[in-house]
Amino acid sequence: MTDSKYFTTTKKGEIFELKAELNSDKKEKKKEAVKKVIASMTVGKDVSALFPDVVNCMQTDNLELKKLVYLYLMNYAKSQPDMAIMAVNTFVKDCEDPNPLIRALAVRTMGCIRVDKITEYLCEPLRKCLKDEDPYVRKTAAVCVAKLHDINAQLVEDQGFLDTLKDLISDSNPMVVANAVAALSEIAESHPSSNLLDLNPQSINKLLTALNECTEWGQIFILDCLANYMPKDDREAQSICERVTPRLSHANSAVVLSAVKVLMKFMEMLSKDLDYYGTLLKKLAPPLVTLLSAEPELQYVALRNINLIVQKRPEILKHEMKVFFVKYNDPIYVKLEKLDIMIRLASQANIAQVLAELKEYATEVDVDFVRKAVRAIGRCAIKVEQSAERCVSTLLDLIQTKVNYVVQEAIVVIKDIFRKYPNKYESVIATLCENLDSLDEPEARAAMIWIVGEYAERIDNADELLESFLEGFHDESTQVQLQLLTAIVKLFLKKPTETQELVQQVLSLATQDSDNPDLRDRGYIYWRLLSTDPVAAKEVVLAEKPLISEETDLIEPTLLDELICYIGTLASVYHKPPSAFVEGSRGVVHKSLPPRTGSSESAESPDTAPSGGPAADQPSVIPTQGDLLGDLLNLDLGPPVSGPPMATSAVQMGAVDLLGDSLLRSDVGGSPAMGGSGGSFTPAPSTTAPTNVGAPLGSGLGDLFDLTGGVGTLSGSYVAPKTVWLPAMKAKGLEISGTFSRQVGSISMDLVLTNKALQVMSDFAIQFNRNSFGLAPAAPLQVHAPLAPNQSVEITLPLNTVGSVMKMEPLNNLQVAVKNNIDVFYFSTLYPLHILFVEDGKMERQMFLATWKDIPNENETQFQIKDCSLNADAVSSKLQGSNIFTIAKRNVEGQDMLYQSLKLTNGIWVLAELRIQPSNPSFTLSLKCRAPEVSQYIYQAYETILKN
Amino acid sequence: MAERAARPGPGTAEVFVRAPGAGLAAAALRARGAGPTGAGPVGGRGLCGEPARGFAPPQPGLAAAMIHSLFLINASGDIFLEKHWKSVVSRSVCDYFFEAQERASEAENVPPVIPTPHHYLLSVYRHKIFFVAVIQSEVPPLFVIEFLHRVVDTFQDYFGVCSEVIIKDNVVVVYEVLEEMLDNGFPLATESNILKELIKPPTILRTVVNTITGSTNVGDQLPTGQLSVVPWRRTGVKYTNNEAYFDVIEEIDAIIDKSGSTITAEIQGVIDACVKLTGMPDLTLSFMNPRLLDDVSFHPCVRFKRWESERILSFIPPDGNFRLLSYHVSAQNLVAIPVYVKHNISFRDSSSLGRFEITVGPKQTMGKTVEGVMVTSQMPKSVLNMTLTPSQGTHVFDPVTKLLSWDVGKINPQKLPSLKGSVSLQAGTSKPDENPTINLQFKIQQLAISGLKVNRLDMYGEKYKPFKGIKYMTKAGKFQVRT
Repeated sequence: MTDSKYFTTTKKGEIFELKAELNSDKKEKKKEAVKKVIASMTVGKDVSALFPDVVNCMQTDNLELKKLVYLYLMNYAKSQPDMAIMAVNTFVKDCEDPNPLIRALAVRTMGCIRVDKITEYLCEPLRKCLKDEDPYVRKTAAVCVAKLHDINAQLVEDQGFLDTLKDLISDSNPMVVANAVAALSEIAESHPSSNLLDLNPQSINKLLTALNECTEWGQIFILDCLANYMPKDDREAQSICERVTPRLSHANSAVVLSAVKVLMKFMEMLSKDLDYYGTLLKKLAPPLVTLLSAEPELQYVALRNINLIVQKRPEILKHEMKVFFVKYNDPIYVKLEKLDIMIRLASQANIAQVLAELKEYATEVDVDFVRKAVRAIGRCAIKVEQSAERCVSTLLDLIQTKVNYVVQEAIVVIKDIFRKYPNKYESVIATLCENLDSLDEPEARAAMIWIVGEYAERIDNADELLESFLEGFHDESTQVQLQLLTAIVKLFLKKPTETQELVQQVLSLATQDSDNPDLRDRGYIYWRLLSTDPVAAKEVVLAEKPLISEETDLIEPTLLDELICYIGTLASVYHKPPSAFVEGSRGVVHKSLPPRTGSSESAESPDTAPSGGPAADQPSVIPTQGDLLGDLLNLDLGPPVSGPPMATSAVQMGAVDLLGDSLLRSDVGGSPAMGGSGGSFTPAPSTTAPTNVGAPLGSGLGDLFDLTGGVGTLSGSYVAPKTVWLPAMKAKGLEISGTFSRQVGSISMDLVLTNKALQVMSDFAIQFNRNSFGLAPAAPLQVHAPLAPNQSVEITLPLNTVGSVMKMEPLNNLQVAVKNNIDVFYFSTLYPLHILFVEDGKMERQMFLATWKDIPNENETQFQIKDCSLNADAVSSKLQGSNIFTIAKRNVEGQDMLYQSLKLTNGIWVLAELRIQPSNPSFTLSLKCRAPEVSQYIYQAYETILKN
Repeated sequence: MAERAARPGPGTAEVFVRAPGAGLAAAALRARGAGPTGAGPVGGRGLCGEPARGFAPPQPGLAAAMIHSLFLINASGDIFLEKHWKSVVSRSVCDYFFEAQERASEAENVPPVIPTPHHYLLSVYRHKIFFVAVIQSEVPPLFVIEFLHRVVDTFQDYFGVCSEVIIKDNVVVVYEVLEEMLDNGFPLATESNILKELIKPPTILRTVVNTITGSTNVGDQLPTGQLSVVPWRRTGVKYTNNEAYFDVIEEIDAIIDKSGSTITAEIQGVIDACVKLTGMPDLTLSFMNPRLLDDVSFHPCVRFKRWESERILSFIPPDGNFRLLSYHVSAQNLVAIPVYVKHNISFRDSSSLGRFEITVGPKQTMGKTVEGVMVTSQMPKSVLNMTLTPSQGTHVFDPVTKLLSWDVGKINPQKLPSLKGSVSLQAGTSKPDENPTINLQFKIQQLAISGLKVNRLDMYGEKYKPFKGIKYMTKAGKFQVRT
């Protein structure tokens, strides 16, 4: 007797029959009928018409029948909301049942009925169940909150269920904790901004305790939640890591991978010198290897993640190459992933083994896999220089097999090898040429044509070879056509006498007979170049090419860092941040790796993405170009220039214009802006010499003498630590952090430019928008060498205050545009006002008194400087370092009164009275100034100086 | 401790063998995986090389849930069961799966993660059934895939086998079990002993009894283990014969190259247990050479701290069959290879005849017999037929799938088994580009090839004296010889 009998009555009157049975008096018959209904449901038949009859069976003592009815209800309640109401009473009653199993079942089922009307009735029973004495009921109720939130979020918030849920994180039962975390995580996902999972060291500790005791699934929820926590320092990170490491030995691979995520993330905070760091690295390898002996589906997900891990920390798996060797009966999706990781792990030490394997794979049956294996050999050659020769000979062996697709693939990769090691392996060209006729794929044809063009001078019959392609020019794909055009032009420039006819022919084919705009444009450019200035053409077309980079398929470091935070998720399978595939409105929060806190480390690890810092320090990045005020748009730094050589070659047509002629004449006026490198733009003739910045030298010296009375004041004014102004994510990989300083009368902007992209950056230039104090660069931004990937450069940019002035909001806002060879980026930052305090800001006593009286009282503003424990003398000398001068000090009723003056670069005087009570850490600052709008910023400057 | 072979009492042995889903019998360790049965993929297309292709955003607005729905699909592409834990997802979503299935040359090659415009389909393929989970938001894929494997294991545990027929025959139980396993997409009860307390597995006897008495197969008591500190064990377990058996089973995965040298070899080991002990026993298991175990995954019952500090397995065991430990001895250690294959396979360009000759022999077997030897090899497409003579065993060549299999049996070191003969190729074709790979299966009883040995097993917490047994076995996993 099996359940298949439930399927047998597939006749016309089935529903009718069932209806009768459901209404039968016999319990057994009823149950059998419900089973039949469920069976029909499982195969997708519509049995919703039986709704009232099934619901009638709900009030029963038989648990199985009850469960079956509940199963039915969950499926169909949505389509029959009015009927579903009938079930409410039973639910409410069941929630009071003495048997916890029934209470939990009721609250569980009720949450699954996605009908608004029912949810209202659900609130009271749910509230009770959340506080139920039985943990089984509590843990079920926790999930129910998430269900309810999905149906009616407002209701959940209004009823205070979220707070109850948060309380459950401290529950005594680990399963309840795990479910509460799961529910909160799910709710938080639809409200990224809400602070639902507000983690602090206490709650973390509770989670870690629950982690040891809850089920494997609960462990996954808790680990994923832990991964979102930002430990306050490296010690806390280490202690969490220590408690998470045992999870690496769990049998459930999802637990293992979630643990790996937590460790990979928190490891970022640990100093590499630490013994524990090394221990952790060693512990990470075995579980990852073990994942590869699981089922193929698990292997696939694991491999996609290992691919990320290998890119981030290659040292973890560098000795494990062999586990990635492909078995011939691995599913193709596993094979391809393994191959990719093999190449990433390839190094001089293991290249011989890898090559032998790859050669083996190249004789397999699966065409796609074979192709990828051949390509992999090429990638190895480019990656491991010492192996290039072996790789080339391996490829030649493969070409000898004459298997068509192998040959084509080999030619494509040999082209790349030529680009990496020019003038080294040209001896093989003859062999390649033998296979010319068998190439039928555009990519291979294009590669072959490129080789012929590039080495035309060494191939005697290059013209014949290219001519043979020209015959079917119009039938070729664009890729081949473009390549053919370029190759023939190269050939012409190398052997002009014999090939004039050929080049004429291809140029006319490209420009007159083709309707492909790219092809025509390229044709015209070549044509004009050749006809205007053949020498220039030679320089352009045959210019030395940059070598191709080691690995072109690496993930951008910033993206990689983000993906590391998403280990084990779909994002890690697709190697795309969730923001790329989750609708924007869901507001995915960008995750980033924590910064390393070990002080010894910070300098030498530019690869760690600094993040997190206090929000106030983060300058707001100007969101869109459209918002840019006024003059920044006028800067017209020029569009990103692609197709590099052509731009420079068009000199006669005034190509300078392309790159910011208007920039030089922008409002900054005389400042010699935008030097940049190379000849892409010349300094404007109107450049004036850099004006003497800041205060006249004489008075500066005088002040110096004056200052010697103070303590350690020669060091210049306070310099804030550098903060990130432009995150790499918003600037195609360029990260800028910086600060402002004032040293002996001159203001400067201290910048660190970091290249987090994969390409070299060059041609840097900087420009400021008009601002309140006329700040402008006093010299061009000097970046002497192109900035290689992962490299940083520190630059001190001198500033002056002779730029044009426009009042900004806030007053000390500075909008900056930075250009490089990739694009123009905009950001804004706030500068501390004390960099504008000049050295001759000390007023005569008499003058001070007169001015103080002269400034109307409504211009006086008072501020409190809290939590400052310095005494009057220390304050005085500290402020003097930043050009705030104490003119007089009085002691009134036990309080110290300091009278101070300062002058801004634009000549505004500010007078101050600072009241210090010895017992009170709060100072009172009264400021008087003819331009009271600056007072607030002066106060901020006071605070910054005194508190650092 | 007694060796299993010396175990007295035939009765106990029988109980032992009959235990369902034990993994103790010779049933393949990787019964879970699709298994290395199929031939090499033919002309498949890269499905996952570019996983981002056709990538589309999931539907916004709808809230997250872990696993939304589950579809069971058979090899011919029929959906024969669907289960929804939230709202009903139309089965048309499976069209995307069918597309992928069509593209894949073989069932094994269907990619496990498939994006659709509004959902993701995560699937596992086992027992010739696709278990396809539908998810709608960012969910850890391993979580889903692990869960699906757990579903399959549960079915197997409940019904003895997992097949379309048996699932259809037990559709209501299946449905009830699925409902207990997930709540709102969150796993609820996945431990099979807890599930069995909630939903009783069907037996012929119970079905009859239920029909007569009108009682039910749904438990109405909260399972005791569900919330205890040892959720894997129920209280009040009682046996008259108290016994604990442990099987150390090792599988060698290896790739051997043409010349017979090892390219890579590693060992996947497991310790499966069948523990039938009364009460709450607390066991410790120690090894002679625990240093071999540096990469291990434990059953949740094992106390990790104790292992870290003393290298002793200390645990309160679940009741019945369970996997105590799985371990991995990596390619970096020297792995002994117990057999070798001498081969001479040659195709000549000019003639349509080729030569074929293989001999199998024992290598490092520590004096034990190699048995259950099975050789399979996927011949190139251009092979028409093979005329072969084995020195022992039987062989079959399937001219359609081009699969040669030779059931060798036991290896007698004095008279090595060999298979010789000729290969006839399709006339007019050039000689095949690829060389066939030889796939080897074998078994060696009473040997753990890694050298792992159990030292002693002790029981605390209970007064009685249990019967204890240990058995060792080594098998071939993915053992491949290239020619």
